[in-house]
Amino acid sequence: MADSAASFDLGAPPAGYAVRLRGVTKAYPNGTTALGPFDLDVRSGEFVSLLGPSGCGKSTALRLIAGLSAPSSGGVLVSSQAPRRRGEHSIGFVFQEPTLMPWTSVRGNVSLPLRLARASRADTEARVSEALAGVDLLDFADAFPRELSGGMRMRVSLARALVTEPDILLMDEPFAALDEITRFRLNDDLLALWRKLRKTIIFVTHSVFESVYLSQRVIVMTPRPGRTGAEFRIEALEPRGADFRTSADYAAQCREVSLALARTSEPVRA
Amino acid sequence: MSGLNAPRLPSDETGARGGARLLRLLLPIVVLAAGVTVWDLAVRLNQIPPYVLPGPGLVLRTLIADWPVLSASLVTTLWTTLEGFLAAALGGIALALLFNQSKWLEYSLFPYAVVLQVTPVIAVAPLLLIYLPQETAVIVCAWIVAFFPVLANTTLGLNSVDRNLAGLFQLYGASPMQTLVRLKLPAALPYILGGLRIAGGLSLIGAVVAEIAAGSAGAGSGLAYRIAESSYRLNIPRMFAALLLLSAAGIVIYVLLALASHLLLRRWHESALGKDN
Repeated sequence: MADSAASFDLGAPPAGYAVRLRGVTKAYPNGTTALGPFDLDVRSGEFVSLLGPSGCGKSTALRLIAGLSAPSSGGVLVSSQAPRRRGEHSIGFVFQEPTLMPWTSVRGNVSLPLRLARASRADTEARVSEALAGVDLLDFADAFPRELSGGMRMRVSLARALVTEPDILLMDEPFAALDEITRFRLNDDLLALWRKLRKTIIFVTHSVFESVYLSQRVIVMTPRPGRTGAEFRIEALEPRGADFRTSADYAAQCREVSLALARTSEPVRA
Repeated sequence: MSGLNAPRLPSDETGARGGARLLRLLLPIVVLAAGVTVWDLAVRLNQIPPYVLPGPGLVLRTLIADWPVLSASLVTTLWTTLEGFLAAALGGIALALLFNQSKWLEYSLFPYAVVLQVTPVIAVAPLLLIYLPQETAVIVCAWIVAFFPVLANTTLGLNSVDRNLAGLFQLYGASPMQTLVRLKLPAALPYILGGLRIAGGLSLIGAVVAEIAAGSAGAGSGLAYRIAESSYRLNIPRMFAALLLLSAAGIVIYVLLALASHLLLRRWHESALGKDN
């Protein structure tokens, strides 16, 4: 992880765009190429899903955008605004696991990004309470992570990502480990948050249904090394809800995306 | 099918568990009582002289009669142990932190930490007594024996930080100091405490070994020295009394460290949680 935020030095994407990737590849020291060449344009405020089989490099793409690792070649452009106050950060990251610190309370976990930026105590407290209220966990502020259910832990993780008021939210299969009922509810919560805050969200998933339900655009990726296999614009009525999930329109879009996924995942026959 | 959903009676279960807990407490006490009785009977029936094997009653009487001498020695040994333990704890943790910062330092020094660990301290102690003042030599012995488990465990703990959490700290631009204090040390705490628990008992062993080595050189006043001295004078009851105190000291050290570990981890770490949670 020594190769830190070097990718940010390449400049910013054009106005109206939050993220632009051009010809990005990522090869690991053992010789495998995980990603690319991969191109991606994400508009500010857009909700985009990266959909693909395990190991297609979609998580790698997120880590590159976050600056957690550097691309082997190509350019990663991420719009970043100068923080207006301490503890603001242009990117929020939600991992597949809640990735909470077990030794501190919910409040301690959510306040982490602000404490690292040395925000003032009063400011920290107010913003943490606001973030916790946003995910409906204010009553559990003093609980420890192990005392919470899987869904609640994920909401803590989401609150921690939102507390820095990021412009871009990167989510790496955040609900994959949850049961279906909890996942549906968190999907709706996420959509409500997105409608309210209009952040740019890049959402990595291996679920066709989740990607179609949530996003404005679904990018189907090929198996390793990951490239864009197909792209779908999901035009659906807003706000989406239980009606959309049971509509024929939804089923049709899911079928189309599924077929594309099957097609791009097929091994090439000689 | 009714059996599947039949509610269990909670009172029965807690009752059975309470009984099991009582049994766990009682069994070692019964074994102790039986051991002491057999010891006492063996001494009485065979009329074994006290300079070969004193009975438990005589050991207890010696302990009370020699208490002024023995308690002073106990304090000496406990101080040595404590100083050795603190040196081992600080040294082990500090060395692990250094190793964690620099791979080169780790590659250069770790083999010698292993050498120190595997060389029997009883063979090193006489040499240390030649080159160092006696009090220092005894503490160094305690340190040599006790620091390695702290070093090894802390290193393991620092290396087992969640990769994604580390990524998160990197994303938010945490300084190396913040990462150390807020991430690495808390994540390593259960491992460090495990190492300290082993080090507590080992520093007592190190202190005793050094005292015995020093005792034959003619100076010193710790419990181990008393044991050596009593052995020369064939004062076997006092040997037993001193041994009893050493063993009690070891138990107290272990219990204190286990308690500290439990108190520090009880709210979050699996090891400190009951099976029901």
